[in-house]
Amino acid sequence: MKPSAFEYIRPGSLAEALACLARYGEDARIIAGGLSLVPAMNFRLVQPKVLIDIADIKELDYVRLDAAHIEVGAAATQARLLAWPELATASPLLAQALPHVGHFQTRSRGTVCGSIANSDPSSELPLCLATLAGSVILRSKGASRQLAAADFQLGLLHTARKADEMVVAVRFPLRQKGAGYAFHELAERQGDLAICAVAATVTERAIRLGIGGVADKPAVREWSDLPDSGLDAALNEFAWDLEASDDTHGTAVYRRQLVRRLGRRAILEARACRN
Amino acid sequence: MPQLNTDGRRSVSFILNGKPVTGHAEPRMLLTDFLRQEMGLSEIHVGCEHGVCGTCTIRMDGRPARACLTFAVQAEGHRIDTVQSLATPEGALNDLQLAFRKHHALQCGYCTPGILMSVTAFLEINAEPSDAEVRDMLSGHLCRCTGYVGMVHAILDVAKSRRKKAGSTATA
Repeated sequence: MKPSAFEYIRPGSLAEALACLARYGEDARIIAGGLSLVPAMNFRLVQPKVLIDIADIKELDYVRLDAAHIEVGAAATQARLLAWPELATASPLLAQALPHVGHFQTRSRGTVCGSIANSDPSSELPLCLATLAGSVILRSKGASRQLAAADFQLGLLHTARKADEMVVAVRFPLRQKGAGYAFHELAERQGDLAICAVAATVTERAIRLGIGGVADKPAVREWSDLPDSGLDAALNEFAWDLEASDDTHGTAVYRRQLVRRLGRRAILEARACRN
Repeated sequence: MPQLNTDGRRSVSFILNGKPVTGHAEPRMLLTDFLRQEMGLSEIHVGCEHGVCGTCTIRMDGRPARACLTFAVQAEGHRIDTVQSLATPEGALNDLQLAFRKHHALQCGYCTPGILMSVTAFLEINAEPSDAEVRDMLSGHLCRCTGYVGMVHAILDVAKSRRKKAGSTATA
């Protein structure tokens, strides 16, 4: 339950952090809150040789709005986003999902970007990013690129990030006019990772439903002009397509049932609160 | 840029319960172990060492943090508060500690130092919490003795008495 030895670097700026990544590459890991990384290190599931601590880099600690997005910097905590006064109007889905992310005691250190970079299939923030079709901004010493959520998260704890790149920010699209949003999850305890989490966005013509905790990454499906009579069949097909498996938290049968039930509940709720 | 090699121990300085302290730690040393072994703070309890049980919760710059998921070197330059920051130097318990005693909010006491630090931070940002909000906050801690009900009563009680006190100061 103690991590193996590593070298610790606390760069003073983003440029310094990227220079460190360029130098150490795969041997290095970025640490901000450490809420996902340090448990894995304590269990020795990961043994980085170098930790680059970005928690105190002020230029990465921001939440800001542009015309179409909420952009969250790599050092901004989940608590900071949850306490952001404009959250409920700018992104009703995030406002509903964030209280499910860990606990009061972990959101205070855990970062939004860290959760997305870790890409646990059961965690809420990658699910929201995928459902809202948001994006991830990656930077290396010499380059910068933006990837759609679907192109970033490739599987269980697996992303398209290259060894010398760092997630410097994520972008969540703003609430759309005339759209409704809903989030639900089932976990063993409040704050635990989801056995099944669902995020729904409903507009006049389309329904978009994201599912976390079932497949090896968030799965999103969109239906247009789906009549109410076809909803249960569509959800059933989606549930089977996720290829759920049994684990200690629940069986595949149970997970498919959760997709059907929670999916339906979220879609109806999102439709009811369309503005 | 501050840097250290794996084989070296490094000097770590921060403000601990209001006083500047300096100790030595390898980068891999967890803050829990540093506070217990280097600083001699026996109130830092070690439970699960993966951030689930909450007994090692401290305050870092006022915000709750799991000491078992923090490396001692990360505390450099920050402010760390443990449960010792609550009572007076003479040992008189504060209102929250007294409320925990009054409402039987602890039994074996292993989880208590972490919970008291969470509650202290929580009440600073939510002076008028509902029963549900208190229970939601407590979901970040495990207590195997009490069943949490006494804690909920103690926290609501102390929140109420602090509001009353603040109100009477404001009108005086």
